[in-house]
Amino acid sequence: MIRFEDVSFRYDEDAPPALAGVDLHIPEGELCLVAGHTGTGKSTLLGAVNGLVPRFTGGHLRGRVTVAGQGTESRPPQEFAHLVGRVGQDPLAGFVTDSVEEELAYGMEQLAIAPEVMRKRVEETLDLLGIAELRGRPLRSLSGGQQQRVAIGSVLTTHPSVLVLDEPTSALDPTAAEDVLSAVLRLVHDLGVTVLIAEHRMERVLQYADRLLYLPGDGTVRDGTPAELMPDCAVAPPVVQLGRTAGWTPLPLSVRDARRRAGELRERLASRTPGAPWPDDAAAGADTEIAAAGSAGAETPAGPAGLPDDPGCLLRAKGITVTYGSTVAVRKVGLRLAPGQVTALMGRNGSGKSSLLWALQGSGPRRSGTVEVPGGDPGTLSAAEARALVGLVPQTAADLLYLQTVDEECAQSDAESGAENGSCRDLLELLAPGVAGGSHPRDLSEGQQLALVLAIQLTAAPRVMLLDEPTRGLDYGAKRRFGTVVRTLAAEGRAVVIATHDVEFVAAVADRVTVMADGEIVADGPTAEVVCSSPAFAPQVAKVLSPLPWLTPDQVARALAAEPRTEAAR
Amino acid sequence: MNRAQRPGGNSRLPDLLQPPLPRALHPGAWWLWALGLAVAASRTTNPILLALILAVAAYVVVRRRGDAPWALSFKMYLLLGALIVVMRVVFRIIFGGGQGDTILFTLPEIPLPEAAAGIRLFGSVAAEQLLGGLYDGLRLATMVVCVGAANSLADPKRMLKTLPGALYEIGASVVVALTVAPQLIDSVRRVRRARRLRGAQGKGRRALRGIIIPVLEDALNRSLALAAAMASRGYGRTGGVDPRSRLVTGLLVVAGLVGICGGLYGVLDSSAPALLGAPLLLGGGALALAGLLLGGRRVRRTGYRPDHWRPAELVTAGAGIATAALMFLTARVDPGNLYPSLSPLAWPDVSMVPVLAVLVGALPALLTPEPPRSGAPLPVPTAEPRKEPVA
Repeated sequence: MIRFEDVSFRYDEDAPPALAGVDLHIPEGELCLVAGHTGTGKSTLLGAVNGLVPRFTGGHLRGRVTVAGQGTESRPPQEFAHLVGRVGQDPLAGFVTDSVEEELAYGMEQLAIAPEVMRKRVEETLDLLGIAELRGRPLRSLSGGQQQRVAIGSVLTTHPSVLVLDEPTSALDPTAAEDVLSAVLRLVHDLGVTVLIAEHRMERVLQYADRLLYLPGDGTVRDGTPAELMPDCAVAPPVVQLGRTAGWTPLPLSVRDARRRAGELRERLASRTPGAPWPDDAAAGADTEIAAAGSAGAETPAGPAGLPDDPGCLLRAKGITVTYGSTVAVRKVGLRLAPGQVTALMGRNGSGKSSLLWALQGSGPRRSGTVEVPGGDPGTLSAAEARALVGLVPQTAADLLYLQTVDEECAQSDAESGAENGSCRDLLELLAPGVAGGSHPRDLSEGQQLALVLAIQLTAAPRVMLLDEPTRGLDYGAKRRFGTVVRTLAAEGRAVVIATHDVEFVAAVADRVTVMADGEIVADGPTAEVVCSSPAFAPQVAKVLSPLPWLTPDQVARALAAEPRTEAAR
Repeated sequence: MNRAQRPGGNSRLPDLLQPPLPRALHPGAWWLWALGLAVAASRTTNPILLALILAVAAYVVVRRRGDAPWALSFKMYLLLGALIVVMRVVFRIIFGGGQGDTILFTLPEIPLPEAAAGIRLFGSVAAEQLLGGLYDGLRLATMVVCVGAANSLADPKRMLKTLPGALYEIGASVVVALTVAPQLIDSVRRVRRARRLRGAQGKGRRALRGIIIPVLEDALNRSLALAAAMASRGYGRTGGVDPRSRLVTGLLVVAGLVGICGGLYGVLDSSAPALLGAPLLLGGGALALAGLLLGGRRVRRTGYRPDHWRPAELVTAGAGIATAALMFLTARVDPGNLYPSLSPLAWPDVSMVPVLAVLVGALPALLTPEPPRSGAPLPVPTAEPRKEPVA
C-alpha cells in the first residue's frame, strides 16, 4: 500500500539527513507503530506519505514514495486526499469549519462527492466514532478527546485507504487518549484501514501493532514486528523495561502478557520493601549545584527554613477559592507543602489544577483564602517579588519566551531577577546540558524549551516551584531526564508541585499525590497508596506486580541488583 | 410544488393546514427581504413610515431568529442606529445653525477665523434644522437596522456557503478568518498572563514585544498547520484546470461586482447621472453572471446539505422585494408624504399605499416556519427525503 524506495531527506544542504536510504513496504490493512525519540524524523516520515514533506516543509527529498501506486513527486498533497487521511497533534489547528457536521463533510465537499452519499457517510462516521450526540456542536466547545475524534472522523469520511496519525494523543488527558486510541483500533479491525501511527504512549498501541518502525536517530528506519525490535529499542514502555530487568524472553508487550509471567518475580519481591521509585541518577544528583547557581547572584536570600510558626512547611494555603464568573474552579482548597517534597496534582481536564497553581503563585485570580510563604503572601506582592518566592512554569511554557536567542533570554532573565550575569545560563547547563546559546528558543525541542523556562524561573531562586503539565510532548528519555531534575530540585530543599496526567511519571517522581475533582481535593496521600488504590490510576508495573506496592522498573531493577546471592542460589 | 406531503401524516388536520416543521430559511431569502426593507427605507424620510419599517424588522427578528450567537447581534444594531440618530442631531446643532425660522433656543456662537468662513459653530437652533437631522438620521439608522436584521436571522457562514462556486475561495478564506479571530484573542490573553510570571511590569515597547512575538509565532505556526491540513484534505484540488481560465473568470466576476455596486449607487441616488444607474447595473450583472457561469463549469466540489429555495423562501424574498417595489411606485405617484415638508413645518402625513407596502414586509413573521431551537441538529431543513438530484 505504502512504498518508500531508497528515500533520503534533508531539510538543509548542510543539515544531517532526517531520513537516509529508507526502503519500506507497508502492506494493506496493517497497524504500523512508528517509534523513536523526539527529533529522529518520525514526523518527516509520516509527512512524506502524502507529500506534505517536502512540499510544505521545504527541504530535499531523494527517492520515491508511492501510495497505491501513485508517486508523491508528481502530484501535490491535494491529489492524495482520497487516499491518505492525516491527523495531527493539535486537532484545533487543523479544523477548517466550526461545527462537527460540517467538519466531517468538508473533505467530501472537496472531492465532489454527491450530497446523498455525503449525508449517509456523515451519519455512519458519527456512529463509528461515537460522537453522534455532538453533531451540531461548535468545535471549540468540545473537549480535547472529542475534538481529536472529530478530526479522525473528518478524514475517514472520504474513505481513505491509509490513515496517518502523528502523535494523536499527545495533548490529551489519559481518558481522552484512551477514547481516541480505542477508536483507532476499532477502525483497524472493522474497516481494515492501513494505519501509520506515531504515538508516545507506546504501551497503548504496542500490543496491537503488526509492525514497528523504529527510528534510532541516524535517519535509518528499522522495520520489524514489535517482538523482534523491542529488546534493543531505546524507547520502551515500563512493562517492556520490567521484562528486560527480569530477563523475560520474549518480552511482554502488554500488562496482560507480563502479569502471566510475573508469578515468580512477585514471589522474589514479596519479602522486600520497595526503595525510592525514582531512577538512580536522581538520588546521586542531589548535590547543591542548582541551589548554588540559582541563589549565588539572586538578591533574595534563601530565607528561613520554613514558616515562622511551622518550620517544616514552605507553603500553607487555606480556603483557596477561584471563580470565573459564576463557575467555581477551585472550592475552598487547603494545601501544605514541605521542603524536599514533590507533590503531584492529578485530576481530569478542567478539575481546577491550573487555577489552583496560578492562585498559589499569586498571578492568577483568587477570590478568597490565604497563601503563606516565608516572605509573605505572593498574591499581595508585586510580580517580581512573588516570583522570587513561588515560581510557576505554565502549561505552554513557550509563552514566556520572546527573544531571538537562548543567550538573550538568559541575560534578560538575569536582569529581571537581579541575579549575577550568567546564573541563568549556568542553571540551563545543569538542567539540559549542551543547548547552543545562539539557537532560537522556538527551535529547541520540547524538553529543551521546558528546561530553558525552568531555568529562567529558577534564576529568581524561589523555594516553591509549581509546574503545570511539564511532561506534555516529552518522550520517555526526556521525561526520565526531567524526573531527575525534579528530584534534584526537591533534594535541595525546595517544595515542588507538578500538575500532570502522566501516571508513570508521577509514580517515578512524586512523594505525594493529590487528586482534584470538580475544584475540590478528593484524595491526598503517599504516592504508592493513592496510585495503587485504583486500577485506572495504577502505573503498569503496579498492575503487573499487584498487590505488591512496586511502582517503577527502576525500583525493581535496584531490588534485584541488590540480591545477587539469591539469584545465584536459584 | 406540493411539498406538504410528510411521512407519518396521521394528524387530523389536512396536510396543508399543519404548521410547517421548524427549519432555518435559506440565508439568501433573509438577505433579499432585509435589503428590500432597506431600499424602501432609503426612499422616505417620513418618521412614521420609518418607525413602521423598524417595527416590522424588529417583529420579524423576534419571531424568527434562532438562538445562535449571531442571532443576539440585533440589539447591537439597534444601539448603533440610536447612535446614528443622536450624532446626526448633535451635528446639526453644532454646525447646521441658521436654517429655518422656528428658533427653539439660541446657543452662544463661537466666532471662527476668516479661513473657516461658511462654517458656523452653534448659534440659534431651529426646529427645522433639528427635524431635518432627525429624519435623515432615522433613515440611515433604519437601513442599518435592516441589515442587522438580516445578520441576526441568517447564519453568516451558511450565507458564505451559498456563494457560487467561482467565489468559493473567497468564502473559504472568510470562514477561516472568522475561526482564527477567537483563537488569537485566547493566545493574547494567555501570553499576557504568562508575562507576569517573569515579573514583567507590562509597559512600553518591551512589553509589547513580549506579547506580540509569542502571539504572532503562535498564529504563524497555526496557519501553517491549517494550510497543511487543508491541503491534505483536498482543498484546492484543481483537477487539471488551466490557470488562464481561472484568471479570466476571476477578472470577469470582480469587474462585474464593481459594476453592480456602481449601478446600485446610481439607481438609489436620484441625483446621480442616468448613465450610472440601470445600464451600469445591468452591464455589471451580465459580466458577473458570465464569470460565475464560466467559473461554475470548472468547479469540482459539492455542498453538504445545501439550502434550497422553497415556498417559504420565495414568500420571504418576495415580501422584501414587494415592499421596495411598492415604495418606488408611490414615490412616482405621490412623493409628498414620503418626504414630509420642513418649510413650512408640517406634521408628516401618511397615506395608505406606503403603509401597506411596509406591512407586506411583516409577512415572513407569519408565513415562514419557526427556526429550530438548540438541542436540535444543525439548523437545516430536510425532514423529508430529498428526491431531486442536486446539481
